[in-house]
Amino acid sequence: MISIRNLSYQIAGSPILTDISLDLPKRKISALIGPNGAGKSTLLSLVARLEKLQSGTITVGDLTVGACSNRELAKHLSILPQMPDHVTRLTVKELVSFGRYPYHQGRPTDEDDAAVGHALALFGLTDLAQRSVDELSGGQRQRAQIAMTFAQDTEYMLLDEPLNNLDVAGARSLMALLRELSDIHGKTIVIVLHDINYASRYADWLVAMQKGQIVVEGTPAEMVTPALLRDVFQTDADIYHIDGVPFVMV
Amino acid sequence: MYRPLVWLAVTLCLCCVGYMIIGARGPMSFVIPFRGAKIVALILVGVSISTSTVLFQTVSQNRILTPSIMGFDALYVMILTGAVFFLGGMTVAAVSAHLAFAVTACAMTLAALLLFSTLLRSAHNNLMRMILTGIVLGALFRSITDFMQRLIDPNEFAVIQAGSFARFTQIETDLLLLASVVCTIAMVLAWRMRFALDVLTLGREAAVNLGLDLQRVQMQALILTAVLVAVSTALVGPVAFLGLLVVSLARLVTPVESHGVIFISAGLISTITLIGGQTFLERVLQLSTPLSVVIDLLGGALFLILLLNGQRR
Repeated sequence: MISIRNLSYQIAGSPILTDISLDLPKRKISALIGPNGAGKSTLLSLVARLEKLQSGTITVGDLTVGACSNRELAKHLSILPQMPDHVTRLTVKELVSFGRYPYHQGRPTDEDDAAVGHALALFGLTDLAQRSVDELSGGQRQRAQIAMTFAQDTEYMLLDEPLNNLDVAGARSLMALLRELSDIHGKTIVIVLHDINYASRYADWLVAMQKGQIVVEGTPAEMVTPALLRDVFQTDADIYHIDGVPFVMV
Repeated sequence: MYRPLVWLAVTLCLCCVGYMIIGARGPMSFVIPFRGAKIVALILVGVSISTSTVLFQTVSQNRILTPSIMGFDALYVMILTGAVFFLGGMTVAAVSAHLAFAVTACAMTLAALLLFSTLLRSAHNNLMRMILTGIVLGALFRSITDFMQRLIDPNEFAVIQAGSFARFTQIETDLLLLASVVCTIAMVLAWRMRFALDVLTLGREAAVNLGLDLQRVQMQALILTAVLVAVSTALVGPVAFLGLLVVSLARLVTPVESHGVIFISAGLISTITLIGGQTFLERVLQLSTPLSVVIDLLGGALFLILLLNGQRR
């Protein structure tokens, strides 16, 4: 379980997050939703120690973020990182192999190679293994990066708006993949999503944020209501239920 | 063994042999130690410059900036000139060259850490801001140096003249032993960082995600960069674009994202450029053009090309 207690964060004096306390359930997909500037991504970067904590505590399982070593945390928690453009000459296999770095620190063992092979196979990248990353399409590249975090073999996986550059096919297959990681491999996944419909369809638990605070949390069925759209997103839209899943008529 | 590296090593050996024997007149007992010392110095300079450039490019996450473009070597010359200016040339000349080098190198490393670690933290993803800051800092260091050099006595100027401009024919060989020790230690430390540096090329976020202690790796790399620049500047003076030239070439010749390979190929190409170029200019063209001019011309052109290409992308 990821537990956040009394977390506040500000940049240059203006508050980004205010006194957040939150528990994110284990072995489930939790989605952070909310309008732009609600502080979702900041919250995720704080959990992933990409930004320094200012006040409050975050624990991931038994580990306390900021107190435990970076390397130890890297074996339990991963975030799908934003990568610079110039990482082009790596092959897919080399990229995925980096996921094992927390374990071998540069000298891979047979076990690490096996984990990389497994990740490549699971994500359908075995045929692309020797291709260089810049030859891939956006969706394939995203897949390769997720394969890297999968090879990292962490219980907790964080993803910050992973659907941004994907078309419908890419977005759906990515979400289905995450579902599989959670259902079959028991991963605890926290994801920042813009599109409520994707959150509603694929997540187990929704956390709605607004102006740096948690407004409400719950299952998609109880959360996605006209009231939520009005209060949190400031828009009026109809909600339709298809197979018990609420969808926003956009 | 990776094939291009073998070819580079063979080329380097040929260059060294050429440098030793072409135009050698007089007893071998004189020629070998005399030219041998120069070769050792050129090798030290070559690997120092290439390694410091690779380190700095990885830490600053780009392929255009080099320590000399950011004013590292100008900083070294400024500190040395400052010492002569404030303490007097005789004081500086009286202490041994080794002590002067050690103190200057330490002062420069500290100053570089202060300046560039803040810069890396605040402008890490803003290439244009880094370039501007580097060019402004370099110009600032050079102007201060120039100003102090104008004020000091011409006799005292002789003490620092050696470090003020690049020259490969008169090398400060009395520093050779200390420089080799410092350089070797720095190379070993850089070599041991190679996997961490590989991770760092994936970007800050990915590096933190993979459990890298970003702050520590950046600090170590900056310290090593400063020390290596101090070594090469003390031996042959500031060389503006050699680092950029050889590291870009190395990335072409060995197109892999492994610091282990890039360190070696950049070091080989760098020493080939220096020793081969020096052999050619010194022996074949009879010193009509200084090597540093040729290197800066090519490297400067490459810098412009990279900059303009990067802008378009």
